[in-house]
Amino acid sequence: MPAPIRLRELIRTIRTARTQAEEREMIQKECAAIRSSFREEDNTYRCRNVAKLLYMHMLGYPAHFGQLECLKLIASQKFTDKRIGYLGAMLLLDERQDVHLLMTNCIKNDLNHSTQYVQGLALCTLGCMGSSEMCRDLAGEVEKLLKTSNSYLRKKAALCAVHVIRKVPELMEMFLPATKNLLSEKNHGVLHTSVVLLTEMCERSPDMLLHFRKVWLLVPQLVRILKNLIMSGYSPEHDVSGISDPFLQVRILRLLRILGRSDDDSSEAMNDILAQVATNTETSKNVGNAILYETVLTIMDIKSESGLRVLAINILGRFLLNNDKNIRYVALTSLLKTVQTDHNAVQRHRSTIVDCLKDLDVSIKRRAMELSFALVNGNNIRGMMKELLYFLDSCDPEFKADCASGVFLAAEKYAPSKRWHIDTIMRVLTTAGSYVRDDSVPNLIQLITNSVEMHAYTVQRLYKALLDDISQQPLVQVSSWCIGEYGDLLVSGQCEEEEPIQVTEDEVLDVLEGLLVSNLSTPVTRGYSLTAIMKLSTRFSSVNRIKKVVSIYGSSIDVELQQRAVEYNALFKKYDHMRSALLERMPIMEKTASNGPTEIVQTNGETEPSVPDTKLPPLITQPANQANDLLDLLGGNDVVPVIQTTLPTKPASAGGELLDLLGDLSLSGGPAPAPSVPISQPPFLLDGLSSQPLFNDISAAIPPMTAYNKNGLKIEFTFERANPNPNIAVITIHATNTTEADMTEFVFQAAVPKTFQLQLLSPSSNIVPALNQGSVTQVIRVLNPQKQQLRMRVKLTYTHKGSPVQDLAEVNNFPPQSWQ
Amino acid sequence: MQFMLLFSRQGKLRLQKWYVPLSDKERKKISRDLVQTILARKPKMCSFLEWRDLKIVYKRYASLYFCCAVEDQDNELITLEIIHRYVELLDKYFGSVCELDIIFNFEKAYFILDEFLLGGEAQETSKKNVLKAIEQADLLQEVRLHTDP
Repeated sequence: MPAPIRLRELIRTIRTARTQAEEREMIQKECAAIRSSFREEDNTYRCRNVAKLLYMHMLGYPAHFGQLECLKLIASQKFTDKRIGYLGAMLLLDERQDVHLLMTNCIKNDLNHSTQYVQGLALCTLGCMGSSEMCRDLAGEVEKLLKTSNSYLRKKAALCAVHVIRKVPELMEMFLPATKNLLSEKNHGVLHTSVVLLTEMCERSPDMLLHFRKVWLLVPQLVRILKNLIMSGYSPEHDVSGISDPFLQVRILRLLRILGRSDDDSSEAMNDILAQVATNTETSKNVGNAILYETVLTIMDIKSESGLRVLAINILGRFLLNNDKNIRYVALTSLLKTVQTDHNAVQRHRSTIVDCLKDLDVSIKRRAMELSFALVNGNNIRGMMKELLYFLDSCDPEFKADCASGVFLAAEKYAPSKRWHIDTIMRVLTTAGSYVRDDSVPNLIQLITNSVEMHAYTVQRLYKALLDDISQQPLVQVSSWCIGEYGDLLVSGQCEEEEPIQVTEDEVLDVLEGLLVSNLSTPVTRGYSLTAIMKLSTRFSSVNRIKKVVSIYGSSIDVELQQRAVEYNALFKKYDHMRSALLERMPIMEKTASNGPTEIVQTNGETEPSVPDTKLPPLITQPANQANDLLDLLGGNDVVPVIQTTLPTKPASAGGELLDLLGDLSLSGGPAPAPSVPISQPPFLLDGLSSQPLFNDISAAIPPMTAYNKNGLKIEFTFERANPNPNIAVITIHATNTTEADMTEFVFQAAVPKTFQLQLLSPSSNIVPALNQGSVTQVIRVLNPQKQQLRMRVKLTYTHKGSPVQDLAEVNNFPPQSWQ
Repeated sequence: MQFMLLFSRQGKLRLQKWYVPLSDKERKKISRDLVQTILARKPKMCSFLEWRDLKIVYKRYASLYFCCAVEDQDNELITLEIIHRYVELLDKYFGSVCELDIIFNFEKAYFILDEFLLGGEAQETSKKNVLKAIEQADLLQEVRLHTDP
């Protein structure tokens, strides 16, 4: 068998391959040769073969069949073999595989080898990839080597000990005695690795930390070493650009940081040396700045006196002006960490920080932006916002969302005036409108609603913005909402803040209708604009035009739009008397928690926070008289009448959407039942009236019950649980008529005890057909937060065979599952 | 330090030193993704970036990228110095080192690295001492070792 080709030869050959396929072929051929060589247990060339394998592994090819060969090499007596063997082990083996444990004995032997370079190989491998089991087995050997006078081995043993401690923290104690004398070494390698070892121990064990502080008096020792480094003359061996052993200096500073943290005495003991390093270190090269950086981190973390802290922040300030972008980067990172604690000191560098917004590097820009927002306060808001808005205009898309949110937050906290606030919001919406977060829209609407004196100004500005650009959805949505709300102010030309524009009702409606048909508008936006148009029916005089639009969309393909249009249509047709009340101006909203209150009402795809019911007065509508009658009849104070309305009286939510009122109908699991039943209605509306369950039945089905059965009128209750609120029981009443005459003008009313809340939705009709030919269904929603036993008083009125009938009844036979 | 990678401008790996236990598959994935990320960076960008949950420090020397992943508490600026020291060591050893030296003598590059860093930390801060150790170890390769007494 010819000698296997040499490593460099193979490398040369493989590099001549012109395609991936050619390379693969060469590799496969060589692997086959290597495999057969391994099989022959060839000692002479094993090293060469494994080396080649390692090369091929680096190119990305599998080399696992060489793992055992590495172990054989490690066990060999030739140094060359061991070198490659250990390298192979570090590259090919990992502690997940049991194979690596076979190394343990070899390593143990090599740790005790007579040649320090062999010992070094073993220490290196153990310290790089030793598993917990290996570390446990060999910790004793490492500890022994930690005490040797051979500095070449001592420094390696120290770092090996660090690895052992990381893998098996309980073994930390055993290294303690050996560590004690490490710092008295002159050798820098040993000093450096000892400091690393001490750092590791301090970080892992607060007890050790205390021990080092109080008993070993580590701080003065370290201070002395550091001082010597700085003061001693030029040492060519350790010099880097005029600084003596920067690596050691940095590690000492880091250990001092840990020792000085939350300890006054230690902090005081290191005060002078920190000041000395901070003021005397050369800053012309990176290495000096590296030391300064570490010093600053230490000063900021320990209990340093204020003079020193100011010194540190000023160093960071100088860093910000450095040409080297890496230095600027670390400065911004550090300032971000300290801005909370040393706010005033950082403020002094505000203008430099703001300049960094224009930096070319993405990471620097991001940090500068975060820092800028952290520095905004009541005094600098105008200036800062100018810069930040300019940044928003020109920054990359990845920043826009965060920047917009930051601007909104800052504006909310520190806006000097309402007008400024609205202007700022406008600016964000027009420049970064497509990037603002979804929750901005309801938040902004709330803000606008509450700025009562600015309504005219706001709607005018938003209208003008719409004329320019309808592509940014959040802007369009907020604008539509405003126009719907305050359109009357817009056309009346009253605006104090700026020159009022002349705009007619038709022009406004043109714009809103334009949104409906535009391809740029999302379904949500269309919903907003349709609702806005509807609202204008009580604010504008061109009601007919609005009626026409609304009825057109009654047959829209978009289900959302269609539903709204149909409901609005109904509002025009049958409930016109309620229209003005329903479409009234929104009252000022209480600001709830910024992330929305507990109950989020999902209405037609928009999530809008719902304001707790108690805060706003419910809209009382006409049948209030009847409700009072009910009260009178029932007499008691413990019963709260429910207002029988044809539309639910849920108070408007923060979104201000009319749809919220009607939204409950959608929650009741389907399109609103049409009040009267013309056949021309699209079929799906009627489907909602069927007895299909309205909600997913999460709990077991609750048995239906007969609530009333008298004079041929039977009323059955069927139950569901409301999703998502399990405290709400949804009851559907089914009224049937066994007599031979229809019961017309049928009205069902109900009252519940005070601890409950009740809501009646529209009935399917008010004619209960004779002879069970059909039924009237109506949905009742009962909120029962205290889970009390459900009781109800019902009042029924209808006309039968020409005469009015009225009856009262108590319903007490609710199944326990309906209220438990 | 968690790992160090050396790769060419075409994304070919020239050296990979891992100080954390990861499977071969995981290492491959990390290398591939990180190399892509760094190669995509423009020259004007700074040498540090946050990638996944790691701090990455990288620097290009001629046609080779030197890339380290360090821990949160590590000083990025001194890491740049560590990279520079390693390049200086290679340079002294090979005499004006270039990428080809590292390609053809990758095992030596590893040996030098292992005399400079151990477990991700610097074990020797004197350039002279590192080079001396390598020199001595190289000499040993010629000599046949005796078994332990």
